[in-house]
Amino acid sequence: MMDWLLSLLELVVFVLLAPLFSAWVKRVKCWLQNRRSPSLLQPYRDLRRLFSKQVIMAEIASPVFRVTPYIIAGATLMAAAVVPFISVNLPTAAIADVIVLAGFFALARFFQALAGMDIGTAFGGMGSSREMTISALAEPAMLMAVFTLSMVASSTNLSIVIEHLMAQGLVLRPSLFFALLSLLLVGIAETGRIPVDNPATHLELTMIHEAMILEYSGRHLALIEWAVQLKLMIYAVLIANIFFPWGIATTDSMSAIAVGAGTLLVKLVLLGGVLAAGETLFAKMRLFRVSTFLVLALTLALIGLLSHIILEVG
Amino acid sequence: MLEQLPLYQQLILTLAAMVLFTSFALLAQSRVIPMIRIFAWQGLIVAATTALVAYDSGKYDLYFSAILALLLKAMFVPWLLQRLVIRLGIDHDEHGAEHPVTVLMAGAALVIFCYYVAQPIEQFSSSITRNTIAISMSVVLLGVLMLVSRSKAVAEVVGFMSLENGLFFAAVAATHGMPMVVELGVAFDVLIAAVIFGVFFFHIRDSIQSLDVDQLNHLSEREE
Repeated sequence: MMDWLLSLLELVVFVLLAPLFSAWVKRVKCWLQNRRSPSLLQPYRDLRRLFSKQVIMAEIASPVFRVTPYIIAGATLMAAAVVPFISVNLPTAAIADVIVLAGFFALARFFQALAGMDIGTAFGGMGSSREMTISALAEPAMLMAVFTLSMVASSTNLSIVIEHLMAQGLVLRPSLFFALLSLLLVGIAETGRIPVDNPATHLELTMIHEAMILEYSGRHLALIEWAVQLKLMIYAVLIANIFFPWGIATTDSMSAIAVGAGTLLVKLVLLGGVLAAGETLFAKMRLFRVSTFLVLALTLALIGLLSHIILEVG
Repeated sequence: MLEQLPLYQQLILTLAAMVLFTSFALLAQSRVIPMIRIFAWQGLIVAATTALVAYDSGKYDLYFSAILALLLKAMFVPWLLQRLVIRLGIDHDEHGAEHPVTVLMAGAALVIFCYYVAQPIEQFSSSITRNTIAISMSVVLLGVLMLVSRSKAVAEVVGFMSLENGLFFAAVAATHGMPMVVELGVAFDVLIAAVIFGVFFFHIRDSIQSLDVDQLNHLSEREE
């Protein structure tokens, strides 16, 4: 019972921290580009404003358009529950593995694409088509990277993978190095960050995610925006906890959880800085170059898998 | 198993994987200056691996090979190529393959093939580096793939040099290096090859007004 309460509490913290993480990335980016940054609380203010606004919908909107924000927010919430956050032994993480996580993302994306096409505007359809093109390449790369992890730890469950990696201490594994690189690239593509999509603009011919949600307003838009921030946070926590698991709480004692929360915060601050630096260093690439980018991610994951088989097992 | 090895042996294996990664990066890279930089990194990693293998096996002549690799493959040849590229004024041209995605996938298939071929060889060896035989074979074949898939002369030379990196790496991994005489000879060959390639770049450009060697396939200058 205590486990479930703790799990629920961590999920609430996870969801509440997600906008703060986005704000942190934006702040570092502003520092690097010599601009004045908005307050770290700005995403919360935006969300509050959107939640209190009236929802305007097109007359021809179907029920799919209406339920999509709730499905996206729900699926992303469930995905957040699957990822071990501050402590490893979460009952919510134990009942689902990383393939379920990919499934939640796929479900959210499917409805997002449907809703993009629902109103029938040109931008929506364009965005949906682009999103599906990118995800068709990103998803196999993500699964391949995850399979590398599962081969190392002989399990697809994230808690067990992390515990296995913690137990063996510091081992240089080429396969994990490549899985990390691949997952970074996939994470950038899936959360629509800079070389693939620009999260900072609303009206650009090359936009992907924003094109699909142009027709949304009010609380629907707020839910979708929150889900986007949550997804970024999920990828960050996933990368931080799997590849740098040191410090994560393995028992339920208060001190272990405090240490876990502290180290996770440090890891997220650093990872956000790295993401912001990457977004500053690279320009957004042409849409047709994205396939090469993602095939590179797929190849990296494949090299990880192969180097596990070739170098580590024999 | 990997967990039981000392840290520097894990490092050898990790560096071997990095060499493979640089080969893939070379395949994917289409701009020429970054390509030469990646090639220099590959030379550096090969040299570092050689030094670690020397430490591991206690064969001190391998340190000379490492130094030779460092000077030649990580410094001199990249420097020479970069100077040539800037003098030819082609540092902003596209040097990529025609179908980069297909080439990358073919590269992955080649690695699997090499693993399959190298497996029986590995059973005869007991040294820590036996697993890297498949990796070095893949580096050789990826170099060949780069030679085949590119049409610009400079990219082909980089592919050729990376192929030689793979051969050197194979020698270090499989038999702790070739005899010193052979190694010096090969190093000297590479040096001369780099210089001669440089001369040939100018000759090719003078005779067909381009460094796209695919144009050498045509008998006449007329478009067909």
